[in-house]
Amino acid sequence: MPRFAFVLLTALTACAAAPGLSAQTIKLGEINEYKQFPAFLEPYRKGMELAVDEVNAGGGVLGRKLEIVSRDDNGVPGDAVRAAEELLTRERVALLMGTFASNVGLAVADLAKRRQALFIAAEPLTDKLVWANGNRYTFRLRASTYMQTAMLVPDALKAGKRRWAIVYPNYEYGQAATASFKQQMQAQQAAGIEFVEQAVPLGKIEPGAVVQALIDAKPDAIFSSLFGADLARFVREGELRGLFKDRPVFNLLGGEPEYLDPLKEEAPTGWFVTGYPWYAIDTPEHRRFRDDYQKKFGDYPRLGSVVGYSAVKTAAAALQRAGSTDTEKLVDAMRDLRVDTPFGAVIYRALDHQSTMGAYVGRTAVRDGKGVMVDWRYADGKDYLPPDDVVRRLRPTD
Amino acid sequence: MSLASFAAQLLNGLASASSLFLVAAGLTLIFGVTRIVNFAHGSFYMLGAYVAYTVGSAAGAYGNSPTAFWWAALAAGAAAALVGALIEVLLLKRLYGAPELLQLTATFGVVLIVRDIALALWGPEDRIGPRVRGLDGALNLAGRAISEYDVFLLVLGPIVLVALTLLMRGTRFGVVVRAASENRVLAGALGIDQARLFTAVFALGTFLAGLAGALTLPREPATLSMDLGVIADAFVVTVLGGLGSIPGAFVAAVMIGLTKALCIAAGDVTIGPVTFAMPRLTLVIEFIVMAMVLLVRPAGLFGRRDAAPPTPAAAEERALVTRPTAAHAAAASALVGGGALLPFLGDEYALILTVDILIAALFTASLRLIAGTGGLVSFGHAAYFGIGAYASALAATHGYPFGAALALAPIAAAVAAAAFGVLCARLSGIYLAMLTLAFAQIVWSVALQWDAVTGGSNGITGVWPSGWLAERTHYFHFVLAVSGAGLAALVVVAFTPFGYALRGGRDSALRAGASGIDVAARRIKAIAVGGAFAGLAGGLYAFAKGGTSPEALSIPRSVDALVMMLLGGQATLFGPLLGAGVFTWLQDTLARATDYWRGAVGVVIVLIVSVFPHGIGGALAASWARLRGSR
Repeated sequence: MPRFAFVLLTALTACAAAPGLSAQTIKLGEINEYKQFPAFLEPYRKGMELAVDEVNAGGGVLGRKLEIVSRDDNGVPGDAVRAAEELLTRERVALLMGTFASNVGLAVADLAKRRQALFIAAEPLTDKLVWANGNRYTFRLRASTYMQTAMLVPDALKAGKRRWAIVYPNYEYGQAATASFKQQMQAQQAAGIEFVEQAVPLGKIEPGAVVQALIDAKPDAIFSSLFGADLARFVREGELRGLFKDRPVFNLLGGEPEYLDPLKEEAPTGWFVTGYPWYAIDTPEHRRFRDDYQKKFGDYPRLGSVVGYSAVKTAAAALQRAGSTDTEKLVDAMRDLRVDTPFGAVIYRALDHQSTMGAYVGRTAVRDGKGVMVDWRYADGKDYLPPDDVVRRLRPTD
Repeated sequence: MSLASFAAQLLNGLASASSLFLVAAGLTLIFGVTRIVNFAHGSFYMLGAYVAYTVGSAAGAYGNSPTAFWWAALAAGAAAALVGALIEVLLLKRLYGAPELLQLTATFGVVLIVRDIALALWGPEDRIGPRVRGLDGALNLAGRAISEYDVFLLVLGPIVLVALTLLMRGTRFGVVVRAASENRVLAGALGIDQARLFTAVFALGTFLAGLAGALTLPREPATLSMDLGVIADAFVVTVLGGLGSIPGAFVAAVMIGLTKALCIAAGDVTIGPVTFAMPRLTLVIEFIVMAMVLLVRPAGLFGRRDAAPPTPAAAEERALVTRPTAAHAAAASALVGGGALLPFLGDEYALILTVDILIAALFTASLRLIAGTGGLVSFGHAAYFGIGAYASALAATHGYPFGAALALAPIAAAVAAAAFGVLCARLSGIYLAMLTLAFAQIVWSVALQWDAVTGGSNGITGVWPSGWLAERTHYFHFVLAVSGAGLAALVVVAFTPFGYALRGGRDSALRAGASGIDVAARRIKAIAVGGAFAGLAGGLYAFAKGGTSPEALSIPRSVDALVMMLLGGQATLFGPLLGAGVFTWLQDTLARATDYWRGAVGVVIVLIVSVFPHGIGGALAASWARLRGSR
């Protein structure tokens, strides 16, 4: 039936005819899992908006305004690849940025290599992104799983505990955090050390049974990489059953407002966490960011806001330094690029394309019915990376 | 493990089981009477949790008032029932005469809509409900603390079971419901008003879902992903217990709750030189339990084999009954020829999108062979797609040339499909569908956890076509040729003696068997052939996307195939192409147009399904026929 052919061809040509936008702007192609991880990515989107406004208010970059073209990839790597292709071929974006989940980040990184486009991975934490699967075109902003684990290790060593219970979401991030923690602890703690593990399905922890099993394992200390709803359930059940009594607890990402704030007055106290105490950081660059953000959105910034803001700032800095939207020039500009972020200046290392953005390390407490971080310090990312020769061995040459 | 901790773990398992039972009870009720596979059941559960959170907060943090939580829970149940009844009256009522799976598609649209509405109303952050006043402490049992609320749930499960049993056994409503579950037609003949009954049952079932959502709030925050998080478990419990059986659902929930708790309690288990982390099994243990039970008892624990007799499809919805004519062949050739000219339009992205559509069409057509022509509904068709994708990706990363790597995809998928077919040949209907789902979930969990081979959750990257196919236009032509040939082959096979025998087995297994057709053997063959083509689609996909990851095997992909098949229209020759084209293009376009694109896709699906119950293809064919008739 030729009718079908007609319908299909009309459909295809209709989408081919999307009007092009003003050639005056520089387009940044952004891809993310907005529907999968809204708690992190809605603030992230606002952070990007703030940065774009700032850059454009200052006259833009290379005399042109920035424009973000955003795509939702549905959390599926294949869809992210399609979105990236669309951004590159139809929108003619200058570079790709974004992504949250590790599998999506790795898929886009691989496409960036194949299509020779710059990719600024904002959030994916997997070590593979810049090490085992590293490539010339991919750079990463956030402190990786390895780095954030390393930030907690000094305090974990100080605790001097022998038997550790580890609980983690059963996918790459949790597995990598667990492996990194075990390896770093074993390498550095003189006295014997042993581990018991609980892998929980992401988003579907059975808190009663898991907490009970951990109590029965009689650990001296606990290391967790849970987040989101799993963390909330684990905290409630663990408090109730006394799991955390007299045991130091370490929780990767546990201080991020995205995951700490929903707990309200039930937030755990005294846990060692990485996170973002937005209410307490008083550096001039952070104060300015926080004030601008609150003025624009009437809401306080989350960690996602900082990541979105800094990712756009990175793109702007790279464009400025390259003096062009040419990919190869951009990639060269990214190497050892210095970017001012709300956390201070960070450098994208030429060695492995990892930025030195750090994280805040501190302990949790409850103030006025809200979970907060106290006794915190800024852990600069550059201090928590393996020696250069080790990194070189981990990473294929470009 | 000491006896005390074993006992404590049993209690944990039972508490989880109770909460699972509450959700599943509503699902099994609805299915028993209306035969609707209600995909949106989890959405009512989610709605219940959010409503309870809001009502509870409005009542001034229900931690302060001893009764506020219970009012909030009732309000949540009532709200879910209200929405449920509305959906039944406005949407599902129109679909009772349509193919059964169409209702599934409609409820899938509802899932998408409800989730985006929840995002708009409650925002993206997780909502943690306060603890319940009076049940916020822990009880001490032999030195082990167990939450009072868990104990409450543990007691509530059996109470609800008894209450529902009394309702079913002791009231007129229950008698009517049971009569309609046994035989809808006869119940109708006896003067039972089915329309009202269905609405009532749907409202009751969704009330239970909403209540379950509210009651889970003290244990679990309300999140936007809890709808699909619970639905698979609820299906498993329903099917494991036997469809329509409330006591069955209870026993099944207890089985699954206990098995999970024991897996977690067991920790690392060492057998000889191998250490296995039992907690990792919790990812799929419910599916493994269900598969094992279904293989022994094909209708679940308490189900009766004849409880859900397959309803023969009406003529206009039977897949591929009319032999294609020369005009069809000419149209198909024109399509392929026209498609081959697409690169000259100069829009590279149109090529990428068309490749995606062609792959999706092949995937959908392979499902139609099994589900349409063979009558064997599959909820796990992504298993074959994913196995094909992984086979190709693994072969490519191990240095095999493109041709060999791609060829491996259909072979690996066919082998897996044949093995699965042999195992499940005696099942039928919804039980078979659930077994396919279990199979897909097991394969998915292996891909997710077998890091050394499959790359775990990250999957495999760096898989691109090599040589002259590396050029985008060339790969486009290649996919066009392969998919076109595949689509044609899948049509032709329906009109071979094998295809006729398959259809015979679908329309009347008894008669087909009496005329000497080995129905089971034909079914196994159909699953293997369909699996092979799905695997081929998966292989093409891996090379188009540069690799694969566990998403290729996931439930949403299986659902996509069903939705595309029904959107296109099962009976139309070009149905899979139409369905895949509209669905893929719609997602792609709407995702760019609005933040609430998922809800928008849901609305479009619901509209298409209610306006064109025979799919877009069916509607086009009908208007084409009218056009010709009027001439």
